Order: sequence, then structure tokens, then C-alpha cells
Amino acid sequence: MKRLLLPTLLLAALFVNTAAQAALNVLACEPEWGALVAELAGDKARINIATTPRQDPHHIEARPSLIARARNADLLVCNGAELELGWLPLLQRESGNARIQTGRPGWFEAAHYVDLIEKPEHLDRSAGDVHAAGNPHFHGDPRNILPVATALAARLAEIDAANAAHYQHRLADFRQRWQTALARWAQRAAPLKGVPVAVQHKNWSYLLRWLGMVAVVDLEPKSGIEPSAAYLAEVVQRLKQTPVRMVLRASYHSPRPAQWVAQHSAIPAVELPFTVGASEGAGDLFGLYEDIIERLLGALP
Amino acid sequence: MKRTVLAIAACCAAPVGAAENHSFNPDISLILQGRYLNARDIAERHISGFLPAGHDHGSERGFSLDHSELMLSANIDQAFRGQANFAIADGEVEVEEAWFQTLGLGHGLTVKGGRFLSGIGYSNEQHPHAWDFADQSLVYQALFGAHLIHDGVQLRWLAPTTAFVEFGVEAARGQFFPGSETGGNKNGAGSAATFVHIGNDWNESHSWRAGLSYLHAAPAARESHLEDASATEAHAAFSGDSNTWLVDFVWKWAPDGNMRERNFKFQAEYFQRKEQGELTCEDNSADGGVCNDTTGRYRSEQSGFYAQLVYQFMPRWRVGYRYDRLDSGTVDLGANVGLLEHEDYRPTRHSVMLDYAPSEFSRLRLQLARDESMHGVTDNQVIAQYAMSLGAHGAHKF
Repeated sequence: MKRLLLPTLLLAALFVNTAAQAALNVLACEPEWGALVAELAGDKARINIATTPRQDPHHIEARPSLIARARNADLLVCNGAELELGWLPLLQRESGNARIQTGRPGWFEAAHYVDLIEKPEHLDRSAGDVHAAGNPHFHGDPRNILPVATALAARLAEIDAANAAHYQHRLADFRQRWQTALARWAQRAAPLKGVPVAVQHKNWSYLLRWLGMVAVVDLEPKSGIEPSAAYLAEVVQRLKQTPVRMVLRASYHSPRPAQWVAQHSAIPAVELPFTVGASEGAGDLFGLYEDIIERLLGALP
Repeated sequence: MKRTVLAIAACCAAPVGAAENHSFNPDISLILQGRYLNARDIAERHISGFLPAGHDHGSERGFSLDHSELMLSANIDQAFRGQANFAIADGEVEVEEAWFQTLGLGHGLTVKGGRFLSGIGYSNEQHPHAWDFADQSLVYQALFGAHLIHDGVQLRWLAPTTAFVEFGVEAARGQFFPGSETGGNKNGAGSAATFVHIGNDWNESHSWRAGLSYLHAAPAARESHLEDASATEAHAAFSGDSNTWLVDFVWKWAPDGNMRERNFKFQAEYFQRKEQGELTCEDNSADGGVCNDTTGRYRSEQSGFYAQLVYQFMPRWRVGYRYDRLDSGTVDLGANVGLLEHEDYRPTRHSVMLDYAPSEFSRLRLQLARDESMHGVTDNQVIAQYAMSLGAHGAHKF
């Protein structure tokens, strides 16, 4: 055993984090929640984000680097609604970090504070990648951000009581800016109301509901299952009877199915930033929805 | 699941309970795994030059139910999590795992107790349905039969570093190979292990993990079934110390870290084992053998490795190649020289596989292998395998 000790200690010393301690170490599962923490905490939090805009949050591996980040987190801010089911439980378990265990103040699931839609009536895996709790992509509707922000600010204040006033102040400021933006977006997006679209995956349901757009066709035969060429041909046929104005896909999805259908139906394929950082315009939460609306408007003839 | 709309109106900060599974039942997962094997008809399969290790996951030819597994797991309370894993075969249920683990110790500490797969090496903790090939590597077959299973306790500590640095120690009964039932029957531990794992991301697309592990076992009267110098069946019993070093390395790549379309995995493990003690070859003269209960010194130094590549070239489809090579090394048979023979041999095996997974719950695999793990035998194998998982399916480790 002694032979092991010295090299490992040396190695550990190399990796030791010498950065100055910010008040709070936050690990956000997705960029949108990292951005919300940044809005509410400002410089009082050091934020790590577990996934990038180019990754599919359903399919992440519990990599060693993520376990190390979970080990040091004071607060875990995640989407919930089973989106991170394939990796988050492992991060919690392997981290040896009591603060972020389920039910503790250091564990925050945004889905707790909003209403989910598309809850499956029957749970059967032959229906594809179904989420028992409902469709987890609720951040598509920016109105859902406010209740989450309110709860998150309260949670930040609970964990870091010394800065409670700071978080409440930033929440009030954020709420005001957000409500102004919501009104502006509603006005700007008015021409999108009633526009029929095709979607590559059911991750735009909340966005479409907010904007009053209608998803006529889903390019996936079953949720989360890649479409075959034959299925896409079928979709193109169906689009001849019930035409749509555009095909939507998230930037982390393969561009091929949407492009193929778009070409064969002579309609535009629109790549939308799914989260903060997914496009140049989506630099923060405000930019995210602004960019989405502008891209949708731009695809209207 | 009912949501109270009023509560949202009253106060938007109150949890409205959308994402919670309100059932307290444990997660249940049933693994169905079966196969078709085309191979040479060999009565006593073994790895030449190595004392046979513990139990193996079947080598029946033709169609067979390879491995059915029932797994139950849940958080027990705020302090503990529990998991049990039963391997089911005709007429028997084997307890593969039955353990509890702490949840709330903090400071990076986790304690596990009960029967569990040891944390040494890389693939030791993987269940058969999570293997990238239809069978276990020769290294693990030679070292542990298939897995190193411990009845004991494990303490792990994750260092508070930005990179992943994990230390673990285990103390166990040590009744499974390379330990033995008699060796485990004592006060204290019949087997002890320690390991360190480090890992990190190179960048968004590349991540890795490396490990160094050490296992000590003190078998007493550990039985092996083998052939003596006159090629007659014999039983040998080993008592002494068995010490194993294991080095493991895994590297994974996915473009932008998005595994969905394409990804690549390289994995290799190397071991070196030294055994020192006494070996008795039981009298088999009645069967025409040459063993006569002689007890003599036994010393061996053996090693081996495997390296494998698995590439997902499009969603759902993967190909893989694995190379196994062992070195039977040096064996000093002491007074049993002439009664037993050490085969100086380097067992090798090449395996290629293609698998298709319609979802993360099912997988179909075709594997071809050229197995030269037995001296003088070249066994060309074809394996068609399915692995299905019903019910809750826990996340797999990196």
C-alpha cells in the first residue's frame, strides 16, 4: 500500500483546485438553467454547466469530470421531469456529496414549479422515449421561466442566507425585465399565430403552445426514435395533404431528416437554438427567445 | 400526479409536484439475455497455463439462456440506498449483488456494505448486459471467473478536486476466486483491495479514466480441477497468498460530446498476479493418475491484458474489435514437478462484433471470435446474442 501512497498524493496535489472560493458552487444541468442562476446570483455564484448546447440532454454519460463537479457543488439546478434520468442519479450517488441529494436544499428541479403537458395516458415503451411525468422541455415557453426563477431565488437565499437580500433584489429586477420582454415577444410574434409546422422531435411543444403555432407532423415515428428514409417519404406524402410552413429542429439534432423533408416539400427547414449558447443571438435567456422568434419570422414567406 | 392549480395561483414558489414518482416500490429491472453459440466441442474448457478460476458464464453450444438477471433497487431512506441483483438459472438463484450504500455521508465519502462487485479495474463493475462483447475478456476469466465479487465493505473517497480522483479500499470475506471458501472462514478479512481512479475531460469531445488497483487474497485449500502429467483428471488445492495488480484505461470520444450519432471507445486493462504458497495434488492413482497427495511449494507470476475498440458509426449501430492476450509466465511447482505440468503458453483471442440497439433497452449482437486460449486448439466461434432490459433501467457508469 505504501508504494501507492506517494504517487497518488502527488497526483492529487496537481489537481487540487486553487481558484478563489466564490460564495456558492452551482452545477446546472443545462445551459438555460445556468443562465437563470447567472441572472439571479450575479457574481455570488460560480457556475458549472454539465451539458453544452450541442449535446442532447437525454443522452449524457456520467463522465468522471461531471462526478467531480457534482462532488464540489453546493447546489444542483436541473430541469427534472426525467430529462436527466440517465445520468443525474449517478452523479448524485457517486459524488459522495450530501448537499445535493434528492430532497435536500442543494437539489433543485425546475419541473417542480411548472405545469407539464403531454402526459402519456399509458406508459408503454413501445411508444418510444416517453416521459411519465409529461413533456420535459417546458423551458420552450418563456412564461415558465418566472415561477422557476421565483423558486430558485428563494432557494439561493436559503442556502446562502447572508446574501438573501441580494438574490431577492436581483429576482425583482429580473422579473420586471422578463415581463417587459414577454409583452414585447407576444407582440412581435403575433404573425406566427396559427402557423402550421412540422417538428423533428417533440421538444417544441411548449414553444408552439405559447406562440399559438400548430405542430401538424412529427418527423420521428415515435418519440426519440430516428426516422427511417421510408418514414420520411411518408411524411412528405402527408405534407402534401396537410401542408406546413416550415420544419423545426433543435441545433443538437442531426440536420438530415429536417433538411430532407424540407427539400422534398419545398418549405424551409429552420434550425432553432434550443438553449442559451446554441446560436450567436442566444447569448443569454433574453437573446434565446428573441433569436427563436426572429428565426421563425424569417422563415415566413 | 394530480396537480393543484390553486396552489400555483396562491404561491408560485411552492412545488406543484409534477416530476415526482410517488410510488415507494423499488425500481425493478429484469434482464433477458440469451444466445446461440457455434464452437468446437470441448469437454473441459480452460485457459492453458492458468489454474481455473471460479464460475464462468456458461459455454454451452447451440441455443441457450445465457444469463437472466433480476435487479431491485431503491433509496431506503435519507441515509441509505440498496440494491439486489439475482442471476437466475434452472434450479438455482445466485445472489450476484445485495448491498446498501450511504447517501448522506458527505465530504466525498461513500460506504458500501454487503455483497457487491469490487471497484477494482474498469469492467469489473459492469454487468454482463453492459459488456461490449458477448463474453468476458480472457483477463477477467483467468483472474476471477467473470467478476470479482466481495462480501464485505467498501469505502470510497472522492477528492475535492476539479478533476476526478477517487480512492477506494475494500475488506471482504474473500471466498471467491482467487480466494477460497476456507480462506474466508476466519476472523478479519480473507481478501482486501485498494484502488485509485482518476479521470477528466480532455475537451468537449474527449474524456478518459485511468485506474490502478491492487488485490490481496489469502486462499486456503483452494480447489482447482485440472489434468496431471499423465493427462488424468486431478484436484489440486492451493493455500497461500495471491496478489494482483491491475491497470485500466478508458478513453471515449463523441463529436462535441454528443453520443447520439457517433461515438468511439477505447478500453484496455492489464494485470499481473503473483501467487505464493503450497499446492497439494490429491491422490488420483485409483484413476490411473500420478498425483499422490504430495504437498509442495507453489509460486507463480502471470500476466495478461486485453484492449478493445468500439465504434458507433451511426445511430443504433456499433462495431467492435477486442484482442486478448495472456502470459502463463513462470510457475514453480516445487515437489509437484513431474506430477503436474506447467504449460508455458500465451493464450490469445481475437473477437469482432456488430451490434444493433433499437433503443437503450434492447440490443442484438453478432460476434465472431478466433479463440486460442487452449494450447493446440483453434476454436472459431460464432455467437448471436440478445440482451433486453424490462422495467426501470438504471443508468450505466462511464
